Amino acid sequence: MGNLTIEYKLNVSLVLLLLAIPAIALMLDEPFYITLATKVVILALAGVGLNLALGLGGLISFGHAAFFGIGGYIAGILASHSLNAELMFTLAGTEFDGTTNMLVIWPLALLVSALVAVFIGYFSLRTKGVYFIMITLAFAQMIYYFAIAWPAYGGEDGLSIYVRNQFMGLNTLDPIIFYGICFALLMSVLLLVSKLKNSHFGSALQAARQNEQRLAAVGIRPFGIKLTAFVISAMITALAGALFADLNRFVSPDMFSWHTSGEIMIFVILGGVGRLFGPVVGAGLFILFEYYLGGLTEHWALFLGLVLLAVVLFARGGLVGLIAGEVKHD
Amino acid sequence: MAALLEISAVETYYGQSQALFGVDLNIQEGQVLAMMGRNGMGKTTTIRSICGMSRIAAGAMQFKGIDIASLPSHKVAQLGIGLVPEGRRCFGNLSVEENLLVAARAASTELQPWDLARVTQLFPRLGERSEQNADTLSGGEQQMLAIGRALMTNPALLILDEATEGLAPVIRQEIWRAVQLLKESGQSILIVDKTLKELLPIADQCIILERGKTVFSGSPAQLDGQVQSRYLGV
Repeated sequence: MGNLTIEYKLNVSLVLLLLAIPAIALMLDEPFYITLATKVVILALAGVGLNLALGLGGLISFGHAAFFGIGGYIAGILASHSLNAELMFTLAGTEFDGTTNMLVIWPLALLVSALVAVFIGYFSLRTKGVYFIMITLAFAQMIYYFAIAWPAYGGEDGLSIYVRNQFMGLNTLDPIIFYGICFALLMSVLLLVSKLKNSHFGSALQAARQNEQRLAAVGIRPFGIKLTAFVISAMITALAGALFADLNRFVSPDMFSWHTSGEIMIFVILGGVGRLFGPVVGAGLFILFEYYLGGLTEHWALFLGLVLLAVVLFARGGLVGLIAGEVKHD
Repeated sequence: MAALLEISAVETYYGQSQALFGVDLNIQEGQVLAMMGRNGMGKTTTIRSICGMSRIAAGAMQFKGIDIASLPSHKVAQLGIGLVPEGRRCFGNLSVEENLLVAARAASTELQPWDLARVTQLFPRLGERSEQNADTLSGGEQQMLAIGRALMTNPALLILDEATEGLAPVIRQEIWRAVQLLKESGQSILIVDKTLKELLPIADQCIILERGKTVFSGSPAQLDGQVQSRYLGV
């Protein structure tokens, strides 16, 4: 139980640190730090999504960029129609020409990513191990090439969102306000994931990771549990994608590329597979490397690779595992 | 009275090699059936076939009058067959309590239903260790957990595959005491075990498998020394 307390303390410290960042940035007169922290929070959210499938369910999805990109493109497409006052479609006589309201964009991103995840999961989850990795990658790459070849929404060049989307009348272009929105979403999702983990569903998912046949022997269909986890995981990552589009005010097919899938997986592995705050630590470290080392050398990714190698070889529980010890039961 | 589980002339293959050549068995409600036979004679394969983990190639299997021959294992479990697999296989990454709760299912029988409290009453050690991860338990405790987990599904038929194998004598006694209590409560049980001394007094009926075929079926009293030495090597 001692280790659990350490992890709990670590998690609380991370929350406090994230809360303090705007104040620190203002004190140092470096508002850019807020944007950097926003990026950490959004990428962490994408990682939290993958971590549900990968960490709890053992589903090594190498195609989560598909969902990240779907979230991004939903935000981008809706906003571009709305800002250009272009008709998107007509439904039952009502004309719909996009929206810049995040409260419409998010549910749509969740819905579309869920439908796509049901489709991808339905086929992928019939395979295991390296085949699952490859088939999820293949689906994501298919969407990537589709996005490149889709001139209506920018094709290879991507799509700009001139003004950040709206949230309940707040000035979302203010970095602190946008950071606050992203932070609140990350915290809500972490709370949800922690509840899920300790629910009957969470136990069944972890049991499926260990042995599907044994789970079936107590009357639970492993496929249903894994598909549900895959879909929820995809939705979380799609939400992060929608926020990422708003952060950059730009979406491009790169969001769908396998590099993105790889990066999301790196957040999870660096921070600690299956650890609640693992992706937060992982994304934080990734951005620190990208920003600080990236300022010193183009080859920053080499150093990140060395750290990743060290984590995989010597700290299987990731950085959270290194600090808080092996997973113990709560 | 109709049989709770009735399987006849079941044949099962592992790939190209045939493991079962015609297994028949029949369990009445409330009965304990002992399945015996030397190693490699098809006991575990029979159990795997019943539980939908190995597809049968020929024969019939009916549970509560329902054809279960082509059902996937989770459906078989939902119908009320609770398996305690060979080798005490718990979910090591879950706590004792989670192992039990994940299996919890509404009763499919008129027997007194099982819940956390009743399982920990049967095996008090599980109550003491409820927060521990299952992979930190001793072999005997894991076996108790595997039995408790199967009971949490409130099975109409409990299948115990080598439940006392490799355990210390004092733990074996505790398992046998639990099986005895289950029998007294009216639980139907299909049990495989090598210790005939403990098994036979508890069994209502027994069958012997030899090379994937049922070669003896009868009451423990009919199982004379000649049959035992011929098929069981005792």
